[in-house]
Amino acid sequence: MHAIVKLSGAAVAALLLAGTAMAAEYEVGQKNKAFTVKELTVKVGDTVHFTNQDDFFHNVFSLSDLKTFDLGSYPKGEFKSVTFDKAGKVEVECAIHPSMMMTINVEE
Amino acid sequence: MRNRTGAARIHALAGVMVLVAAAGVARGETGLVFEAGHPSLQHWLLPERPPYPEDNEPTPERVALGKMLFFDPRLSSDGNMSCASCHNPMFGWSDGLPTARGHKSMVLGRASPTVINTAYNTIQMWDGRKKDLEDQAIGPMEASVEMNTDFDRLFRFLNNNQGYSEAFARAYPGEGINKRTLAKAIASYERTIISNDSPFDRWIRGDASAMTEQQVRGFRIFVDPDKGNCAICHSAPNFTDNGFHNLGLASDGGESADPGRYAIKPVKILKGAFKTPTLRDVALTAPYFHDGSARTLMEVVEHYVKGGVVRERVSPNIRPLNLTAREKQDLVAFMEALTTRHEPVTLPELPLR
Repeated sequence: MHAIVKLSGAAVAALLLAGTAMAAEYEVGQKNKAFTVKELTVKVGDTVHFTNQDDFFHNVFSLSDLKTFDLGSYPKGEFKSVTFDKAGKVEVECAIHPSMMMTINVEE
Repeated sequence: MRNRTGAARIHALAGVMVLVAAAGVARGETGLVFEAGHPSLQHWLLPERPPYPEDNEPTPERVALGKMLFFDPRLSSDGNMSCASCHNPMFGWSDGLPTARGHKSMVLGRASPTVINTAYNTIQMWDGRKKDLEDQAIGPMEASVEMNTDFDRLFRFLNNNQGYSEAFARAYPGEGINKRTLAKAIASYERTIISNDSPFDRWIRGDASAMTEQQVRGFRIFVDPDKGNCAICHSAPNFTDNGFHNLGLASDGGESADPGRYAIKPVKILKGAFKTPTLRDVALTAPYFHDGSARTLMEVVEHYVKGGVVRERVSPNIRPLNLTAREKQDLVAFMEALTTRHEPVTLPELPLR
C-alpha cells in the first residue's frame, strides 16, 4: 500500500516530471523530529519524496551499502527525492537529528 | 513592547487568531501564551525522573558507589584525575576552562561539557560518539590523553579494596567488578545531577513571581522565530534538540578546524557541527561553545546576532538577528533564570583499603 497521504503542489509537479510510467511515488514527511513512517516498502524504480514539515531545517542521508545519498539540508515545505534502483534495505537518517531514522525496503 | 509584538503576530496569524482579551495577551505564531503556569508552556518541564536502561535502575547503593568512583582520582593512571577534575561541581560540573586539561595537563581540543541533565540526552559527547551515560562514562578513562586508565591495575585495586568490593557487591550483586559495572555505577550517580527547579521551572509551574518581567521578555525573545530564534535548537524541555549544528565560530576556519560530528558521520553538513548543549544552569558553566571561545552569555548572544563569523558551513538555522541592546540583555537575564539552587554537594569518604 502506498504511503502517499497528500502531495503538495510542488510535489505533484515533480511527480509529472518523474518519467517512468510504472514507477510509484511516495511521500515521507519529517515532522516533530521524526520520519512520519518508520518503515516503507517500495519497488525497484520507485521514488520517495522526503518533505520537511518542521519549522527548522532537516537533512536526509543514507550511508547504506545499497544506496548512498545526501540530500543536504532544507527548510519547511521543501522536499527532495530519491529513486531506488536496486533491491535491498536502505537505512535513512537525518544528520542534524540522529534520533531520526527509518528503513526503506526496496523489493524487486 | 508586548503590544507591538502582539499586534504584529495577530496580523501574521491571518485567521488563526486566538485572543485572550482579558489578559491582553495574544497567542503568537508559536502558539504560546506567556503567562506563568499557562498550559501552552508545560512541555518545557522535564520529566521528574530521567530515563535509565532496564538493567541499571539507579538504586541508592548504585548512586553511592558511583559517587565514590566519580570523585576518586585513583581511577586515572597517575592517580590524580577523577571525573570531577573536569566535571567539577564548583564550576557547574564543568571546569571553568576554555578547553579541558587532560593527562599530564595536556591541553585538549574541546571544552568539558557539564554533567548537568546529561541524563536526559539521547546522545552523548560534543560529537555524539557515545550513545548513553554508561557508554560515555568509560570513555575518558580509556582515552590516553584524558585519564589514561590502566584497567588491569584499576580492577586489581578495586577488587583488593574492601570498601569498594563490598560497595560493588551491594550495588551489582553477582555482576562483578568490571568496565560494565564501573560505567553503570558512574552513570547512576550522574543521573542524580539534575537541574529542574530553576526560577523558569517555577514560573512554568505557575509561580508568577519566580521570574522578573525582564526574564519573561527574554523567554519570549528566546522562542520567537523572528527574534532570538534560540528554541529552534535549544528546544523544550532540556533546551537541546540533541542535534548537531555548525555555529560559524571563528575556530571553524582553515584546514585544521575541528571536524566535530563529521568525524563520526561523514555527511557534508556535519563539518564543524557539534551537539546542542543544554542551557539549564548555563550561568554556572562559562566559558561557552565547544571551543570555549565565549567568556560570557552576552558574548554568546553577540555571536548569534552576527549570525556567526565563519559562515562557510554555518547551519542554515543561524542567520543575523535583529535584536536591540535591551533585547539582548533580556535574553541573558532569561538564561540566568535557568539556574536551579542546588543542595550543597557533599564529598564521599573514599575507602583507603
